[in-house]
Amino acid sequence: MVSTSLALSLKDRERMQLFDCDVEEPDDHLLLNPVVAGSEAVTIRFPEIDEDKCTSCGKCAEICAYHAIAVIAQQVLVFPNLCHGCGACSYLCPEKAINEKEREIGIVRWGHLDNLRFVDGKLNVGEAMPTPVIRKVKQGAHYNGVSVIDVAPGTSCPVVQSIKGSDFCLLVTEPTPFGLNDLILAVEMVKELGIPSGVIINRAGIDNSQVEAYCREEGLPILLTIPLKGEIARFYSRGITLVEGLPQWKERFIALFEQIEELLYERSGGLER
Amino acid sequence: MKEVVVLSGKGGTGKTSIAGSFAALAKNKVLVDCDVDAPDLHLLLQPAIQEEHEFWSGQTASIDPSKCTQCGLCQELCRFGAIKEFTIDPKSCEGCGLCSRACPAEAVTMKDNLAGRWYVSNTRHGPMVHARLGSAQENSGKLVAVLRKRAREIAEREKLDYIIGDGPPGIGCPVISSLSGANLALVVTEPTLSGIHDLERIIGVCRHFGIPALVCINKFDVNRENTSAIENQCLEWGVEVAARIPFDSSFTEAIICGLPLVEFMKSGVSCQISSLWEQVKKKLDANNG
Repeated sequence: MVSTSLALSLKDRERMQLFDCDVEEPDDHLLLNPVVAGSEAVTIRFPEIDEDKCTSCGKCAEICAYHAIAVIAQQVLVFPNLCHGCGACSYLCPEKAINEKEREIGIVRWGHLDNLRFVDGKLNVGEAMPTPVIRKVKQGAHYNGVSVIDVAPGTSCPVVQSIKGSDFCLLVTEPTPFGLNDLILAVEMVKELGIPSGVIINRAGIDNSQVEAYCREEGLPILLTIPLKGEIARFYSRGITLVEGLPQWKERFIALFEQIEELLYERSGGLER
Repeated sequence: MKEVVVLSGKGGTGKTSIAGSFAALAKNKVLVDCDVDAPDLHLLLQPAIQEEHEFWSGQTASIDPSKCTQCGLCQELCRFGAIKEFTIDPKSCEGCGLCSRACPAEAVTMKDNLAGRWYVSNTRHGPMVHARLGSAQENSGKLVAVLRKRAREIAEREKLDYIIGDGPPGIGCPVISSLSGANLALVVTEPTLSGIHDLERIIGVCRHFGIPALVCINKFDVNRENTSAIENQCLEWGVEVAARIPFDSSFTEAIICGLPLVEFMKSGVSCQISSLWEQVKKKLDANNG
C-alpha cells in the first residue's frame, strides 16, 4: 500500500518506477492495474550429465555446496530443485561431462500506468528460491529518476537482495509488540547494509508510544503515520490504494519524499541534490 | 502425533495470534516457531530458554588481498554478483565455493558460516522450539527443518499428541520446509484482493506438496463481498473454510498484553478461535498416519 501510494503520488513530478520485489506474493499489480507490456521467464541453470563422458569420479558431488548432485554406485543423480545455478560442477568437471540446462522458476513482467513504469516478478508455486527472480526484476531498473522497490517482509537473503543498492529504506511498521519486534530486526539489517532509513507507522492507534520511543532512541525519523481506520482497510480490500481512495494523502506522500530527499542531501554533506 | 502448520501467504493476517491461542488451547503439544526470519510467537508465550544451539550453515568466501593477483577470474565466474573490485560481499555470497576452487593464486578461502541460533524452551503451555536466523542469511529452510526435527523428537519422547507450527509468510524455501511432512496446513487469509491473490498461491503450494489445508478468513467483515469470493473459490478447490473471524481490536489488545487471545479474554472472538481449534483437532485426529 505504501509503495503504490508513494509511486502514484510522485509520478507526475518525477520519473517514477515501481519494482515489486516481493516475488513470492507480488500484490502491487492488484492495486495499480498497470498495462502489462511484456514478460519474460526467469530461468536458473542446472547441470545435465553427459553420460558418455562421465567417469563417475564423484568430483561434482564433492564440489556441490547444496547437495544437488549425488553419485551412487556409478550413477550420477541431479536434484535440480536444490541447485543454485552456481556453475561450479560444470566448470570443474575433469571430463567436461557436465552441460548446463535452464529451467524456469518464475516470470518477470513490465508495464506502465500512465508515466509510472512498473516491473514485477513472480516465483513459480513450488519453487524455493526467490533470489534469481528478484535479481531479474531489479535488472529492469534504469537509474534515472526515482525507483520505489516494494520488498517482502523479513530480513533474509531475498530481502537483502531487494534492498541492496538503495539510497534509502522506508520501514513500515505497526504500533504493536509484533510490529516493534520485527522493526528492531529490520533496523539491525539496514544498519548492517549501511542504508539510511526512516519509519512509517501504519495502522496507528491510540498508543504509539513504544514505537515512537524506540525510533527516538535509534535516531530514526518517523516520516509518516497512517491511522488504523476502517475506511482505509475497506479501500485496500477492494484493491484501492490509499492515495486513490483518499486523494488528500497524496500531499503527505509528496512531503514524505521531500523529507527523504532532504535527509539524503544532509547526509551527503550538501554535495548532491 | 500430528502436526499442523499455520500459514498465510500474505504477511500480517493473524498467523501468530492464532498459533498462540492454539498453544493455550491444545493439550499435550510442542510448539515450533517456523518463522525463523522474524519470529514473534515468543512474545505471547514468554519462553524460558533451556538449550541454546548454534546454527552453522553454508560458507562464505573471503579474499586474501596479500595473495590476490587481481586477475579477475573470480569476478567473472561468480554468478551471484558477490565479487566486486576483488572483494567479497558476504551478503551476496551464496557459498558455492567456485571462486575458491578456481582461483589460480589460492587467494580465496571458504569460511563456515554461523547463520543463526536456535533454542529449546519451556513455556506455560509446553515445550517450544524456536530460532533466530541472522540477517541476509539463506538456508532458512534448513533451520526450519532442524527445528521441526527437534520438535518431533520432543513429541515422541514425551508422548505428545500435537506439533503446532507458527509458519512464515510467503511461499518460498522456509514455507516449503515448514510444510513438508506436516499433516495439515491452516491457512489464515483476509478478504482483501492481496489476501485472495496470496491465498491462491499458498493453497497451490499445499497442493503441490500434497498437504491438506483448512482456511480461516480473518477480519471477514472488512469486505463481505471478498469473503464470499474466497468461500466460493475454496468450494471450487475442495478446501474447507473452517472459520470466519470478524475484525476485533482484542487481537491487538491481547498482543499488547503479551497473551494469546484465548487467555486474554474468554468471550466473543475467543470462542470462535476455540471452535477453530476443535475443528483443526478433528481434522488432525481423523487423518490416519
